[in-house]
Amino acid sequence: MNEALTLISFGPDGWGDEIARGVLVTVSLALASLPVGLVLGFLIALAKNSGEPSLRAAANVYTTIFRGLPELLTLFLVYYGGQMLLNEIARIFVTGATVDVNSFIAGMVALSLVFSSYASEAFLSAFRGIKQGQYEGGYALGLSRSLTMRLVILPQLIRLALPALGNLWLILLKETALVSAIGLEDLLRWAGIAARVTKEPFLFFGGACVIYLILAIISSAGLTRIEAWTKRGEVSR
Amino acid sequence: MSWVSDRTLAPQPAPPAPPRGWTASRIAGHVLMAVWILAGANLLYYLASNVMSDFFRDYWEKYLDGIVITLQLVGLSMVAGAALSLPVALARASRKPFLSGIAYAYVYFFRGTPLLAQTFLIYYAAGSFRPFFSDIGLWWFFRDAWYCAIFAFTLNTAAYQAEILRGAVQNVDKGQWEAAAALGIPKGVTFLKVILPQALIVALRPYGNELVLMIKGSAIVSLVTIYDLMGETRRAYSRTFDFQAYIWAAVLYLLVVEALRRVWDQMELRLTRHLRRS
Repeated sequence: MNEALTLISFGPDGWGDEIARGVLVTVSLALASLPVGLVLGFLIALAKNSGEPSLRAAANVYTTIFRGLPELLTLFLVYYGGQMLLNEIARIFVTGATVDVNSFIAGMVALSLVFSSYASEAFLSAFRGIKQGQYEGGYALGLSRSLTMRLVILPQLIRLALPALGNLWLILLKETALVSAIGLEDLLRWAGIAARVTKEPFLFFGGACVIYLILAIISSAGLTRIEAWTKRGEVSR
Repeated sequence: MSWVSDRTLAPQPAPPAPPRGWTASRIAGHVLMAVWILAGANLLYYLASNVMSDFFRDYWEKYLDGIVITLQLVGLSMVAGAALSLPVALARASRKPFLSGIAYAYVYFFRGTPLLAQTFLIYYAAGSFRPFFSDIGLWWFFRDAWYCAIFAFTLNTAAYQAEILRGAVQNVDKGQWEAAAALGIPKGVTFLKVILPQALIVALRPYGNELVLMIKGSAIVSLVTIYDLMGETRRAYSRTFDFQAYIWAAVLYLLVVEALRRVWDQMELRLTRHLRRS
C-alpha cells in the first residue's frame, strides 16, 4: 500500500506531477476544442435549418462524413494528412522545407470537427423547438434578421440545446484520450508510461479511469448549475 | 344551371413561382456544394487511379480481413453485451439499494471513462493478476489481446445497453403491467412477453446508434495489437508511408457505417409498420 502511495506521490519517486500535467493537457485540449466545435456546429445547424436546399445538402454531407468516421481515424487523417498538406504548401515557397504539425493542434482540429457535427444536430433539434412566431414577433418589432437571431432566438436556443450539448461535452472529454495515440502527452499517455516503467498497470490505468470519472462528475455538477442558471426565468412549479 | 359558369372564372393553372433571387445563402450553398462535389470527384479519381497501384495489390485482401475482424468484434461484443445488459438493467431498477447501487456504479464507471482507458486497463492490468487467473483457469482468456478487447467492449456496451433498456422499459405504460396482473400473468412472464417486446421497439433507434458507435469505437483496438480495419490501415501505412492507406480506410468505414444506418432505418420502418398512421 505504501509503495502505491509513493508511486502516485508528487516528487522524484512518484508520478503524481506527470499525471497532473497530463490532466492539464486533457482538460485544456477539451476546453480548446469546445468553442471551435460550438461555433462550427452552430453555423452548420444554421445551414441545415435554412430554406436553401443546396446549403442543407452541403451541411448534411459534412455531418455524414464526420459522424461516420471513427474518431481515431479522423485524428490520423488530420494529423498525417495535415502534415502532408502543409509540407506541400511550404515547398511552394521554400524548397525542401518541412513543417511539423503540433499534435495538440491536430487533436484540437479533429475533436472540433467531430464535436461540431454532433453539436449541429443538437442545435438543429433546438431550432425545431422554437416556434415560427418568435421570428415573426422579432420581425414585427422591426428587428433585422441578425438581431432577431441574436436577441430572440439564440437565448432560447441555448436553453433548449444545453442538455444535449452537456452530453456532448462529456463525450468530448472522453474522446481526448485518443490523442495519446498521436503522441500527445495527455492523462492516458502518462498513465501508460508510468504503467510500463513501474510495472503497475492496474494502479495507473485504474487511476486514470478514476481521474476521468472525477472530471466527468465535476462537469456534470457544473452543467447542472448552468442549466439551472438558464432556467432562472422559468416559473418554478 | 348556366349562370354558374357565367360567373365563375375559367380554371387556370397556378401562377408561376416568382424567380428565386441569388441570396447570400443560395450562393454560399452552391459554392459549398461545388466544393464537396469537386472534392468527391477528386477522391473518386484518386481512388480509381490507385486501384492499379502496388499498394492496392498488396493490401486489399488485408483490408477485407480487417473489416471482417471489426465486424466480428462488434457483433460478438454487442450480443454478449445485450445478454449482460438485461441483468444489469434489472438490478438497476431493483428496489434493493445494494443491488441497484452496484448496477449504478457499474453503469456510471463504464459510461464515464473512455473506452480506450478501459481497454488498456483490462489488457495491461490482466498481466499483473496472472497467478490469480492461472489459478481459476482463465489465464488463456486474459492472455489474448483479442479476448481482452471483446471483454472490454462487452462490459462497455453492456453499460450503455442497460441504460437504453431501462429507459425503454420505463417508457412502457404502467397500464400494461396492471392489465397483465389483472389477467393473472406472473411478473416474469409479463416482463418477457408483454413489456419487453414493446420496449424493444422504442429501443430500436438507440440500439442502432449504439451499434454505429461501437463500430466507430472499435477502431481503438488497433492500439492493443489487434489487426482490425484500423489496425491493418496502421500497419499498411507504417510499411509504405503511403497516405492512401488512411483514405481507403475512411471510405470503407463510411461505407460500412452508412450501409448499416440505411439497413437499420429500413428495419425500423418494417418493424414499426403497425404503429404508422397514414
